[in-house]
Amino acid sequence: MVKQQFETPAKYKKWTYGLLAIGLVAFLAGFFFLGLSKDEHDQTRFWAGLLQNSLYFLMICNACMFFICINILGHASWHTTFRRIPEAISAVVPVFAVAALVVFLAIIMGHQHHIYHWIDKDAVASDKILSWKKGFLNPAFFLIWTIITLGVWTLVGRKIRQLSRQSDAGEITGEEARRYIWNNTVWAGIFVVFFALTTGSTIPWLWLMSIDAHWYSTMYSWYTFMSSFVGGLSLIALFVIFLKNKGYLEHTTREQLHDIGKYIFAFSIFWAYLWFSQFMLIWYANIPEETIYFKPRVQGVYKAIFWINFIVNFIAPILILMTRGSKRNYAVMTFMALLLVLGHWLDFYQMVAPGALGDHYNLGWYEFGTLALFSGLLMFFTGRALAKAPLVPENHPYFKESLIHHT
Amino acid sequence: MTIKKFVVGCFDDEDVLFPAVKKVRKEGYKIQDVYTPFPVHGLDKELGMRDTSLHTAGFIYALTGLTTALGFISWILTMDWVQNYGGKPHFSLAAWIPIMFELTVLFSGVGMTLTFCYLCQLAPFVKKHHFHPGATDDKFVMVIECTSKTNVQEAEAFLAAAGAKEVNVQMAETGWWLGRYDMNRKLFDQQTGVVTA
Repeated sequence: MVKQQFETPAKYKKWTYGLLAIGLVAFLAGFFFLGLSKDEHDQTRFWAGLLQNSLYFLMICNACMFFICINILGHASWHTTFRRIPEAISAVVPVFAVAALVVFLAIIMGHQHHIYHWIDKDAVASDKILSWKKGFLNPAFFLIWTIITLGVWTLVGRKIRQLSRQSDAGEITGEEARRYIWNNTVWAGIFVVFFALTTGSTIPWLWLMSIDAHWYSTMYSWYTFMSSFVGGLSLIALFVIFLKNKGYLEHTTREQLHDIGKYIFAFSIFWAYLWFSQFMLIWYANIPEETIYFKPRVQGVYKAIFWINFIVNFIAPILILMTRGSKRNYAVMTFMALLLVLGHWLDFYQMVAPGALGDHYNLGWYEFGTLALFSGLLMFFTGRALAKAPLVPENHPYFKESLIHHT
Repeated sequence: MTIKKFVVGCFDDEDVLFPAVKKVRKEGYKIQDVYTPFPVHGLDKELGMRDTSLHTAGFIYALTGLTTALGFISWILTMDWVQNYGGKPHFSLAAWIPIMFELTVLFSGVGMTLTFCYLCQLAPFVKKHHFHPGATDDKFVMVIECTSKTNVQEAEAFLAAAGAKEVNVQMAETGWWLGRYDMNRKLFDQQTGVVTA
C-alpha cells in the first residue's frame, strides 16, 4: 500500500515555525525601524526588500504550475508520479499574490517613488522618456493588469489542480481518460498562453524593469522568467527529495530525479545565455542610456553580487550537474537545488536593489529576515497543500507509463 | 579478424527476452550482444554493460574547442593583427564568447559523431556480420559467444528452453571488413536446423 496521506513531520513544523518566527521578528523590526523611519532611504529599503521577496516567491511558485502545464501539453508522463508536489507548491500562489498586491498598493499609494520613479507625476511631466512611456507605465494600468494577472494565475492554477484531483475518485479508462487528458490539455494551454503574456513579457517589465524606469531591455522578461523557472524547478527537487527521505513517493525514483536534474541543468545554461546576451548587446553598442543599468552592477558597488550571481547560477550548476551521477545523487541535488533557490533570490535582489537603493545598499538582517519570513510562509502553505490531496495520482491515465520511466 | 563460433537465438517478444537474458547470464554464458530492431529500455542494464564514455569524450572535445577558439582569437586580435574595433579593448572577452561557444559546440558535435561512428564501427564501405536479418525488423537476436569450454548443444537447448523461437550456431568474423555487400556470401560454415524445445 502506497503512503498517500502526507503528515507534516515534527522537524518540518519546527523549521517552518522557526523561520516564520525569525521572519516575523525581522519584519516587525524592519517595519518599525525602517518602514516608519523618517529617512526615505530606510523606507525604500523596507519596501524594496518586501517587493523582491514577494515577487521572487510568487514567481517561483507560479513557475511550478508552468512546469506542470508544459508537461501536460507535451503529453509527458514521467512527472506523473510526483505531480502533486509542484501542484502543492503552486497552491501557494494566492498567498504570495495577496502579499505582492499589498506591497504594490503600499508602494504606489504610499508614493515610494525611489522604487517606482514613474509614479511621481511631476517627474514624468518634465521627463521626455517617461512621458513617452506614460501609456504603459502609469499606476492605473499597472494595478489593473497586476490584479488581472494575479487573478488569472490563481484561478486557472486552481482549475488545473482541481482537474488533477478528478483522477482520485477512481480508475479512469477509455473514453473517460481521453476526455480527462483533453480537459487538462485545454486548461494547460490557456495557462501557458497567459503565462507568455504575463511572465514571458509584460509582468517583468511592469514589476521589475520599471524600477529602472528609463532603461529597457528586450531580454529582460525572458531573463526574469528563466530565473524564476530555475528557482521553481529547484523547489520541486527539494520537496521531492524531502518526501522521498520521509518514505513517501515510493514510485518516484532516481530516474525522475535525473530528469528534474536535467531540467535544472539545461535551464541554468539558458539563464546564463540570456544573462550574457542582455549584457553583451548593451556592452557592444555602448549607448549611455543602456549601459547605465550595468554601471553600478559590473563596475560599481554591486560588483560582488553580480559575479556571485553568475558563479552560483551558472558556473556551479554547469560543472556540478554535468555528470549523470550527480543528477542521480540525492545529496548533490539537494545541495544544488538549495544553492540555486538562494542564487536566484540574489539574482532578484540585484534586479531590485540598484535601481531602488542606489549605491548605498545593505544586504543585512532585514533582507535575510524577510527571506526567512517568505520561506516560512512557503513551507507552511506547501505543507498544508501537500496534506490536502493524495500524494500519488494512482489513477492518472499516464501513471503506469511514469512507473516504467527510464532515463 | 578472428572467426569465432556463436550460438544465436531469436526472440520475438521483449517480455520473454528480459528473463532470458537474466537466465543466460546467470548460467554463465557470455552474451556477445543482443540485436534489437529498436532501443529497448533497460536492456543495457540487464546485460551488465558499463555506461558509455562518449560523454567524457564530448567534454574533452568541448574543452579543446573552447581553448582553440580562445587561443586563436586572442592571438589574432592581440598579437598578429591588432585592430581597433569600435574603441573596445583588444582583449575583449565578451565579444569572443559567441565564437568560443560556437567552436565548443562544433568540436564536441563533430567529435562525438565521429567517436560514435568509430565505437559502432560505422563508416562507408565497412561491413559487419549480420546474425539475423530479423534484427532490423521484428526479432530480438541474442548472440552467445562460445569459448573452448562451451558445450554448443547444451547452449542451444538452453536458449530454446529460455524461449528462443529460432536457434542456430554460426561461425562469424567478430570485426568489420571492407568490400561490397554480397547477399550470397557464405558468412558461416555451418547452420543447424531449428531446435524446438
